[in-house]
Amino acid sequence: MSFLLPCPNCGPRPVDEFSCTGEVTVRPQSSPTLRELTDYLYFRRNAAGVQREWWCHRLGCEAWFTAERDTRTNVVLSVEVPAEQ
Amino acid sequence: MRLPPQPGEALDRESEVEFTFQGASVRGFEGDTIASALFGEGQRVFSRSFKYHRPRGLLCCQGTCPNCMLTVDGTPNVRACVTPLVAGMQVEAQNVRGSLDHDLLALTDRIGGPFTPVGFYYRTMIRPRRLWPLYEKFLRSVAGLGKVDEHRGREQRYDVEHRRVDVLVVGGGSAGRDAARRHAAAARHVVVVEADPARVDAGEGFEVVNGTALGVFEGGLVPVDAGTVLLRYRVSHVVVAAGAVEQPLVFPGNDLVGVVLPEAVRRLVGRWSLRPGERAVVIAADDGSLDTVDLLERAGTQVAEVVDLQKQRVRQIAAKGRAGRLTSVELDDRKVSCDLLVVSGGRQPAYALLAHAGARVGYEPARGIFVPVDLPDGIEVVGAAAGEVGQAAVPAASYNGAAKKDKCFVCICEDVTDKDVKRAIGEGFDSIELAKRYTTVTMGPCQGKLCHVPSIRLYARENETDEASIGTTTARPPWQPVELGLLAGRPHEPAQRTSIHHRHTELGAKMMWTGTWRRPHSYGDPAGEAKNVHDTLGVIDVSTLGKLLVTGPDAAEFLERLYPNRFGDMKPGRIRYGVLNSDAGRIMDDGTIARIAEEDFYVTTTSTGAGAVVEWFEWWNAIWRLEVEIVNVTGALAAVNVAGPNARELMTRLTDLDVSNEAFTYLDAKHAQVAGVPALLLRIGFVGELGYELHFPSPFGEHLWDTILERGADLGARPFGLEPQRILRLEKMHVLIGQDTDSESNVLEASMPWIAKLDKDDFVGKWSLEHVLERGFREQLVGFEMENGVVPLEGGQIVVDGRPGGRVTSARWSDQLGRAIGMAWVPPDLAEEDAELTVKVNGSVEKARVRLRPFFDPDGERLRS
Repeated sequence: MSFLLPCPNCGPRPVDEFSCTGEVTVRPQSSPTLRELTDYLYFRRNAAGVQREWWCHRLGCEAWFTAERDTRTNVVLSVEVPAEQ
Repeated sequence: MRLPPQPGEALDRESEVEFTFQGASVRGFEGDTIASALFGEGQRVFSRSFKYHRPRGLLCCQGTCPNCMLTVDGTPNVRACVTPLVAGMQVEAQNVRGSLDHDLLALTDRIGGPFTPVGFYYRTMIRPRRLWPLYEKFLRSVAGLGKVDEHRGREQRYDVEHRRVDVLVVGGGSAGRDAARRHAAAARHVVVVEADPARVDAGEGFEVVNGTALGVFEGGLVPVDAGTVLLRYRVSHVVVAAGAVEQPLVFPGNDLVGVVLPEAVRRLVGRWSLRPGERAVVIAADDGSLDTVDLLERAGTQVAEVVDLQKQRVRQIAAKGRAGRLTSVELDDRKVSCDLLVVSGGRQPAYALLAHAGARVGYEPARGIFVPVDLPDGIEVVGAAAGEVGQAAVPAASYNGAAKKDKCFVCICEDVTDKDVKRAIGEGFDSIELAKRYTTVTMGPCQGKLCHVPSIRLYARENETDEASIGTTTARPPWQPVELGLLAGRPHEPAQRTSIHHRHTELGAKMMWTGTWRRPHSYGDPAGEAKNVHDTLGVIDVSTLGKLLVTGPDAAEFLERLYPNRFGDMKPGRIRYGVLNSDAGRIMDDGTIARIAEEDFYVTTTSTGAGAVVEWFEWWNAIWRLEVEIVNVTGALAAVNVAGPNARELMTRLTDLDVSNEAFTYLDAKHAQVAGVPALLLRIGFVGELGYELHFPSPFGEHLWDTILERGADLGARPFGLEPQRILRLEKMHVLIGQDTDSESNVLEASMPWIAKLDKDDFVGKWSLEHVLERGFREQLVGFEMENGVVPLEGGQIVVDGRPGGRVTSARWSDQLGRAIGMAWVPPDLAEEDAELTVKVNGSVEKARVRLRPFFDPDGERLRS
């Protein structure tokens, strides 16, 4: 992996400056069943295609953002800082 | 041996360069490479081949083939034909037993035939099993080419440079330069990479760098080997002008010393004014190679015969030699005596870099070459690499006749013959990718430059199909050989040191690594240092603790959500212990949280956890978007812990703050001037005695440290290190995250159920902890003391019913208690006071008793005193 990832603050930077925590997941709202809980904790789509992921510009501005990346080509379609609620 | 001075030669005949070869002094000229200087001195055999130890001489003269690899100043596998000569170089032959001319292992060539077919080792040397160590010893001694000197250490410094340009042109030939000029004219920043130092000069409007491109990676990354610097180019456009590779022909004896490719003639004559041989035969499949005839005549070589394969059909070629040196060549039934045979099987476009980038290649049957057909965005190819290599005949897959002849090599790097390839096909390796792995064709130093196309051609013929259906094998970086040191880069082992570091070394501390921190293990007497904390007063540098400020209107809410315990009800000036959990309920880190003011919290983390905790906090807040700021002040603040019965007396000497037990109680946090330094005082007790943790600006580290030791001297103040601290905390059964817990542990099973407030609406990890309660405990963290005082190993086994049932995580001898104590994970039914444990120690089993309450001061009276 040597692609460039566009940090919302710093612009395109080598991917090894970032850490990735994987697919964006949806946290269950309250008292999930065991199945809902394990789905959230351990199950991933692992798509061969576009997926939304969490990235952190660890060796840069340290910001967290989400990116839409094609896992087959490493083309990053968009990045987004989660909007304020 | 040199010709009279020639026009355009690369030599400076005024400057002689002296070096040694095999211990003997040799001379060359400035402008020579190692190989040209040795050739000038009459050396013809440069190496012994990989498997059969056949004598090998200069073949390509341009750094492609393995034939001239020598050990230079201790560095193995140096390609002598492209390495400039430097005075004083010590050059040695490699892969020989004896000498280059008389190599004992050449026996494998003469008698080894039946015993060394492809795959021989895999099949034969596995039986009988017990002899493998013997086989292995033998194989290791004969395998490989040069030997690495393990004891040499790092002599050479390597570096990496990151560069960004618009256009990178790989190859500084005429096509590359044309492309560079074209892009430069469009106001782009252009760099040309050229491997041959003779072709590096100033460009017109572009830069020319001497180096070799190793590959083309995603994101326009092109690493360039520039000797001791790896240039990592990031570019938006790559122009591949890497030229073409002259291909050999496959015929018996095609590896004899004296068989050369045309470029060898061009360089030997044109650059170094050397006569390549006395009597030559030229066999060429392409137009481009016939220029060597003029050159040979200029050098005084008699050209006995020229065979132009485009006009003339030859069925059989066989080179004959004596002692590995060419003496004649048989062309069908005619025999021509010669000591030089120039062969060219046409020029194959160098498409590997394009293939790295994702280009497709297609077979062009008319010329028998593979050409790039489908280029990805941002990749351009020009010149010979694009297929502009002129007209050529398609050479035969091999020119091997029926009669018994010499070996006929498809791959000279790995000594693979046409017979080996046929055998592999016979055994069912009918895919070229499988055959590559089985026969190792294309896997040697040339990486397929000289054997890829010939092996495909032979495969096509033997499978009675065409080259297009056989296809190419995957091209992978590096395209050119590269020193491992260059890829490894400069040794980089950053250490974090506290602002008190030098005081520790002055005091004779034994330093150790904890993560990237350097910390005192002890000052020479761990047991004595621990005792001093119990008896009088100890001081330890805890600046390595992660320190975070969490501030804002939502700070309390933020911590409530992250930690399993409560923070909303905390009063300013109070401290609570906290354990961070993942949402899977696993323990991540721990520390203390002090509420400084309504909206200000001061959070400490473990020494190695600060970075991960900050990232964790920021991540959750990227989701929650609470009004809270997180500031990492780990480096800005130093911290020392003063602990022991005399700690209060010391504090009264250093600060005006009322430190009486009534005014400053256990788990209080207060700001005060300590020895003139603004500090945050936390009254906590990790080591089990009355103690104050002082957090203050780093620059005052040595000042405060010195003041404490000076003013506390009569109180018994002595520094203590990490090891005594570990004894002290174990006496208190304080869990050490990462030591007593691992990535599977949760706070419930780690015997800290009081910390998880499951009646809170939500916190990270809550649902998983509820599930742990539902399913019941699988194991539990408990304390134990050994019955006979022996200290088990950390990681040692707890035996239950004769089987592993748990493990020891910490164990120490405590002088204070006069007992061997520890902590261990045990089955839940053994997690009862006084339960008997069986612990494996050094192969035998010992008894231990479970303890659930702190070994020392179980009620915390000393902490609170």
